[in-house]
Amino acid sequence: MSEAQNLLELRGVHTHIGAYHILHGVDLAVPRGELTMLLGRNGAGKTTTLRTIMGLWQASEGSVHFDGRDIGRLHTPHIAGLDIAYVPENMGIFADLTVKENMLLAARRARTAAQIDEQRLQWIFGLFPAVQKFWNHPAGKLSGGQKQMLAVSRAIVEPRKLLIIDEPSKGLAPVMINNMIDAFAQLKASGVTILLVEQNIHFAKRLGDSVAVMDDGRVVHAGRMAELAEDEALQRSLLGLAL
Amino acid sequence: MKTLSDFDWKPLAGVPLLALLALPLVGSPSTWLTLTVAGLAMGMIVFIIASGLTLVFGLMDVLNFGHGVFIALGAFVATSVLGAMADWTGSAELWRNLVAVFPAMLAAMAVAGALGLAFERFIVRPVYGQHLKQILITMGGMIIGEELIKVIWGPEQIPLPLPEGMRGAWVWGDAAIERYRVVAVAVGLLVFAALYWTLNRTKIGLLVRAGVQDREMVESLGYRIRRLFVGVFVVGSALAGLGGVMWGLYQQNVVPQMGAQVNVLIFIVIIIGGLGSTGGALIGALLVGLMANYTGFLLPKLALFSNIALMVAVLLWRPQGVYPVSNR
Repeated sequence: MSEAQNLLELRGVHTHIGAYHILHGVDLAVPRGELTMLLGRNGAGKTTTLRTIMGLWQASEGSVHFDGRDIGRLHTPHIAGLDIAYVPENMGIFADLTVKENMLLAARRARTAAQIDEQRLQWIFGLFPAVQKFWNHPAGKLSGGQKQMLAVSRAIVEPRKLLIIDEPSKGLAPVMINNMIDAFAQLKASGVTILLVEQNIHFAKRLGDSVAVMDDGRVVHAGRMAELAEDEALQRSLLGLAL
Repeated sequence: MKTLSDFDWKPLAGVPLLALLALPLVGSPSTWLTLTVAGLAMGMIVFIIASGLTLVFGLMDVLNFGHGVFIALGAFVATSVLGAMADWTGSAELWRNLVAVFPAMLAAMAVAGALGLAFERFIVRPVYGQHLKQILITMGGMIIGEELIKVIWGPEQIPLPLPEGMRGAWVWGDAAIERYRVVAVAVGLLVFAALYWTLNRTKIGLLVRAGVQDREMVESLGYRIRRLFVGVFVVGSALAGLGGVMWGLYQQNVVPQMGAQVNVLIFIVIIIGGLGSTGGALIGALLVGLMANYTGFLLPKLALFSNIALMVAVLLWRPQGVYPVSNR
């Protein structure tokens, strides 16, 4: 697939954290308008890959291209300013702020909550009713699932070209996971490109268009999600289990 | 918006509780009232100085032991401005005094803020994320600042007399309430109101509060936290300059080492308050101000120790300070 078709491309990315060499030449392509699943065992380097894309850790070697532009040496605020939204594994919720204030922070164009796009907000309330219900409550008092919904809502409060989300279903009850799947399905339908790290296989199978599997700091398989879902032998060899 | 039921009242209640506990120990209600107003005035001045420092630490994890130099600089600038306006400060009319003090405060804040900008750029920025180096280099910066003050204003103590209209006291029964202390409380309340409004009613304030909790996430949302930090550092330095004017007038003299002398109190205040919390810094400052005045009257030899004991007691109760900042 050409660079024009891929919104995000990593080529030979190496990342060191202190003395530790975590990524060993990651090659990853995220096609425009698709949902790409990034799978792999714990410690495979998935979160480090996302943090490297966001500039939270600098790649020591290799390149990161977004929308045809090399972003490998940019600082995090510049990268986010290119319309990339990031939801970290710990959700990054500001616990002492209200849900409204968390949303307002993510809406870069709005100076007050009243300036947030009302139509988009109503769409988010439809996806995640808890966000509306607890609008004026401190975010720190939300349950784990509600915090996850707030984290995703924050990422989509304004239109973004790329959503990067680290394990959105982590610790969620099954009913909440289904809500989350519905939400991502709607986001996909709206044409937004998504890169999603996920351990929940059910989640990955239902949503993924393309897939990359990581092991030991490298992408060891890349292809269509549907093909991986059908090939049990490949699943076992890559993930140590069948989907 | 947080509701009243969400608010943690216990630390705030500690201020009147400390005052009430002191009443039977002091004995005379009039003496107690005088000491309480003096304590609140001192607390408000310390809060003005400490509010910027606690945000600087909260936002960027920077331990600035050189904060005291902005206090001293502000006070020395005030001696020059007020000295040049002797006709106005010598008037018995309060409004004429205020006309003199106001530009002195503005000049002190401007000069301290400008020094803060240079201090952040050349002293603090090279040591982001390195606490030990921060302590050493900012203390070094303060020593250099003190020496520069000596070069400009000389090494001697300089009197900073109160303007005529702010001298004396209002007598209420047997209690004497010094006028300047009431002015100090009023200025402190104004600064607190301005800070509170900025932090809670503006997007910049929202970014500061968010940055204190999780600066990496603020950056991931597309905001340049470094630029925000520089702004907070400059405002914090300017507030320290303002606090220096207030402190100098409170002591009625200034010395180049005055910043270092106040530094201990400031760090006690921000540790009691919870690093990064302005509301906590206000409570901490009021507790420290009251404690210093009560023990100064009851047990003068234990005055400094009393504030350290207060800090230890608060940390035993709440190890992260009275209003700990989440996610840090």
